[in-house]
Amino acid sequence: MSEAARPVAPLRAPVADEPVYAPEPLIGIEPTDVYGMITLRGDLGSEALEAAVDEAVGLKVPAALSVVSDGDARVVWMSPDELLLFTDYSEADAAVARISEQMGVAHHMALNVSDARAVIRLRGARVGEVLSKGAPCDCSDHGFSVGTARRTHMAGLAVAFWRLEPDVWEIVALRSYAHHLLAWLEQAAQPGSEVFA
Amino acid sequence: MAERLSKGGLLIDRDQPTTFTFNGDALQGYEGDTVASALLANDRMLVGRSFKYHRPRGIMASGAEEPNALLGIGEGARFEPNQRATTTELHDGMVTQSQNHWPSLETDVGALNAWVADKLPVLSAGFYYKTFLFPRVAWKHIYEPFIRKAAGLGKAPVEKDPDSYEHFHWHCDVLIAGGGIAGIAAARKAADEGKRVLLVEQTAHWGGRALVDGDQIDGQSGPEWVAAQIAALEAMPNVTLRTRAMAAGLYDHGYALVYERVSDHRPGLTGAPRHRLWRVRTGQTIVATGAIERPLTFANNDMPGVMLASAARDYATLYGVLPGRKVIVYANNDDAYRTALTLHQDGAKIVAILDIRAQAAGDLPQQAREAGILVRTSTGIAKAIGGKRVDEVQIGTIQGEKMTGREEYLSCDLVCVSGGWSPVVHLWSHCGGKLTWDDTSAMFRPDDSRPPTGSDGQAMTKCVGAANGVLHTTEILPDSMVRAPTEDVLQPHWFTPSRGKYAHGTKHFVDFQNDVTAADVRLAAREGYESVEHTKRYTTLGMATDQGKTSNINGLALLAGALEKQIPEVGTTTFRPPYTPISMGAITGSAKGPLFKAVRQTPMHGWHDANGADWEPVGDWYRPFCYRRAGEDRHAAVNREVVNARRNVGLLDASTLGKIVVKGPDAGKFLDLLYTNMMSTLKQGRCRYGLMCTENGFLFDDGVVVRTGPEEFLCHTTSGGSDRVHAWMEEWLQTEWWDLKVATVNVTDQWAQVAVAGPNARKVLEDAVCDVALDKGAVKFMDYVEGTLAGCPVRIFRISFSGELSYEIATPAGYGMALWDALRVAGEPHGIMPYGTEALHIMRAEKGFIMIGDETAGTVTPQDLGLFFAISKKKTDYIGKRAQERSDLVRTGRKQLVGLMAEDPQMVLPDGAHAVKRRREHVAMTTIGHVTSTYYSPTLGHSIAMGLVENGLSRRSEWIDFSTGLGEFMRAQIVDPVFYDQAGEKQNV
Repeated sequence: MSEAARPVAPLRAPVADEPVYAPEPLIGIEPTDVYGMITLRGDLGSEALEAAVDEAVGLKVPAALSVVSDGDARVVWMSPDELLLFTDYSEADAAVARISEQMGVAHHMALNVSDARAVIRLRGARVGEVLSKGAPCDCSDHGFSVGTARRTHMAGLAVAFWRLEPDVWEIVALRSYAHHLLAWLEQAAQPGSEVFA
Repeated sequence: MAERLSKGGLLIDRDQPTTFTFNGDALQGYEGDTVASALLANDRMLVGRSFKYHRPRGIMASGAEEPNALLGIGEGARFEPNQRATTTELHDGMVTQSQNHWPSLETDVGALNAWVADKLPVLSAGFYYKTFLFPRVAWKHIYEPFIRKAAGLGKAPVEKDPDSYEHFHWHCDVLIAGGGIAGIAAARKAADEGKRVLLVEQTAHWGGRALVDGDQIDGQSGPEWVAAQIAALEAMPNVTLRTRAMAAGLYDHGYALVYERVSDHRPGLTGAPRHRLWRVRTGQTIVATGAIERPLTFANNDMPGVMLASAARDYATLYGVLPGRKVIVYANNDDAYRTALTLHQDGAKIVAILDIRAQAAGDLPQQAREAGILVRTSTGIAKAIGGKRVDEVQIGTIQGEKMTGREEYLSCDLVCVSGGWSPVVHLWSHCGGKLTWDDTSAMFRPDDSRPPTGSDGQAMTKCVGAANGVLHTTEILPDSMVRAPTEDVLQPHWFTPSRGKYAHGTKHFVDFQNDVTAADVRLAAREGYESVEHTKRYTTLGMATDQGKTSNINGLALLAGALEKQIPEVGTTTFRPPYTPISMGAITGSAKGPLFKAVRQTPMHGWHDANGADWEPVGDWYRPFCYRRAGEDRHAAVNREVVNARRNVGLLDASTLGKIVVKGPDAGKFLDLLYTNMMSTLKQGRCRYGLMCTENGFLFDDGVVVRTGPEEFLCHTTSGGSDRVHAWMEEWLQTEWWDLKVATVNVTDQWAQVAVAGPNARKVLEDAVCDVALDKGAVKFMDYVEGTLAGCPVRIFRISFSGELSYEIATPAGYGMALWDALRVAGEPHGIMPYGTEALHIMRAEKGFIMIGDETAGTVTPQDLGLFFAISKKKTDYIGKRAQERSDLVRTGRKQLVGLMAEDPQMVLPDGAHAVKRRREHVAMTTIGHVTSTYYSPTLGHSIAMGLVENGLSRRSEWIDFSTGLGEFMRAQIVDPVFYDQAGEKQNV
């Protein structure tokens, strides 16, 4: 029996055209290590699903266009019948099992998709400004308060992002596109390209 | 002559001199100058040659409406043609050059055009359409090359643009376009109401005409009032202010584009984009874009030294530049008297004010007379006289449509003209706002009763100030706030009559940039061009880069006159965005270079790249076409990879394959409806190849479906098709079969997938250490098992697209690289080599497997391809079933899939070559089919091909001809499309 291999996070894998970080970007751009991620589709208003989410990650079902979080755990609203749950990478399979057990016969789908997306943490006062260079939704303080989550598009990609704290945001994109998103963020956060003084 | 005054100039900083060049001459200006003001300060009145006649042209305006002063700005990679000198800010070291002349601006051979045009009826309205029709052959060889050479102002840049550009999305309650008096006042009002306001101004400074026209507001001078208001707005958190930002277009749903020139005035500034395109979503748009002064139409009115009256006082007040010392003002309104007064105050001699009106008794004419300036009413300019600059004018008495009185000449070096003002209604009109003709002010103004409407049916836009036809400060702001002279109404005037050869209007220019004269417009009218839209295209009036900002109203008034109609009956042409040209870079934004398009990469992309991958795009992915070793060309590499996979074992990165999980109590039922074959009967742990058709019965995707659980299926799609298939599934579930309990998730990116194919495949997996027994009995062809391989969690599918013993192994993407490495190392003793997409294609073609996009093209059914084994006869329905029963899809004579063997086995049939019914020379031939896939098979040592041929399934062994060029053909025989291992034994070992 060979030793267990270790999973590699998307933007830590050796990819071609590895982006070079801008000298002092307008925002912090931090690709994260592996995360446990679960796609949960079902009736978001049902008690069974609410209990399952609580059982899986200890959080409530967020309202539309929002995120709830505690430590590394998050639940992101993705569509009227879809959530994205975050937990430890090694916990994901067990969490899926807990969801399915809790849901019982209620129709749903819970899948471990921990490897499907890259998660990039963005820090700083200018995150909304940088995201506005690509995303059509209102990323100003007025339109994107802490706790807001949006699925939208930028840099020619489908993305989702949310705001955890005034200066801490996270953005996800499909793994195969992650290097492109990172390169785009690097350029959008180029020092000197501030929109507002 | 024009010169810099010793003092004055609101916008320039005399402590910051800047050096620039014009046609190689080093000149001096100041920080704050535009290129135009700096050229005038250096007495450069002649700045270009006109488009058709190469007539000398000078600076005519001071803003965005400038038709003449288009320059080539910058050098090398930053060279840009056709930049308006009047809106380009000067910076130190700037290089500028004039356009459209040879050999030089002063001596231009092209000016012969004008001389010829005087003698012959060429270059007049519609001359392209008339002149070049005969003889037909001359168009291609004489006329077109000549026109192509002559056409176009300026030269195209040749180097790659070094600058960056970006977009910026912004949401607000109110967008206000224009930072003059009306815009500022509107911003204050909206901001005080707590609305989120974006106020944009196209120039580098606030205030518009408030800086120049001398009105007192709130006890302050214009500039003081502007500064105080802007300071107040800047202090408000709900207000965003932007200069150098032009509202370029307004669209439905309150979407607006604002073009911000971030660093044009500081080229090469590190990190800053050159231009930024604001994509604004606004509740309301307030258009405060002002008005544009109209020139008067008289003979030789295009001569350098003829300038809009407002521009002349702009240069004096804003830049401290006197554009002339001996000035004639020619106008039909009171406002132009401001220019006379300003220039008089700055030391110029005002030779005379010529007023078309019989009476000039307003406050401003009175002030002029009091200043000792000669005012002559009922007087017009018969013609301007001079060469590269106006020297004198011939004047006369205007009596109706005649110029009467004795020939009188006045010496001058500047003629300031004003024919009234046209509100800038562009944004209002972009999204459907209508206009109404105001007879008193002789202008089209916004019709409040027909505004652009939003989704609620209410007005989404309103015009204020001069853009609304309200020209006087006293009417824009509360009357009590303003101290300004009272102005009399203007007298509309569209054509100043002349004498002799100038009487016909052939030198009365209307559109300066496209060289369209009053005579051209009248000719169009005589020839039956009654619609203004047709006249525009026939004469090219208003079709230049300035889109007729100074010429449209004059032109259509002349057209109305010639047609004996009223101006509103003729109407205006359509206003289209952008207001002035914006850069292609701004439109592109960041999508250039490496960011042009997102390319998908598998977890093993980096390894491929480092190991000779010769890439090809597949959907959004980049996949290795082959892996080239030192000294190998593509062909050699591909052959090596095929032979090795057939003999030993090959390794393929199949991660790009689309993967969609379908789960729920109704999942089987759902898949039975989507696929042509039965999926609900698939047993857990088994795989089945399936076909998907559109509702028209045509094949659009294929792949292996795996039953991974009692209620769960994994559907593989083509590499380019996963998003499309997933959207297809969701559409059916959300719109038609919403009662089915099924959920889908696209997990393409979740899994890395590797195919190990070849006789040694099993040994490789075993040596890589697999915790599942892999012998033939344990994992059969089309079986699926889960386990651990080389320490990676894996799902193993025993499926084959090569016809060899083959395992496709999926592992979570984070393990992809580890799995690839482990298989490569374990495979070394067994002769493993990675192979690319071309080897994959050849091996599938050798086996007669179809490829979506090659054998299918949107009009091919599974039946056409002979895939009867995958079309269920038992099912009552599936998408496409009904369509497949239509007469055209069941008729005989449809093109069907065949194998093709070329007569010369070493020759490869050209891809897409058409099979012909009968060889013919020099005539069109009836075609009966075409080649869909064609390769050299290194396995078989000869070429192979597949094709779609009429009745192909019943034509086995026939020889047919393929046209491969003019009069050239290749013969091929129709054969079984399965060329290799027809019994299918190799994949079953």
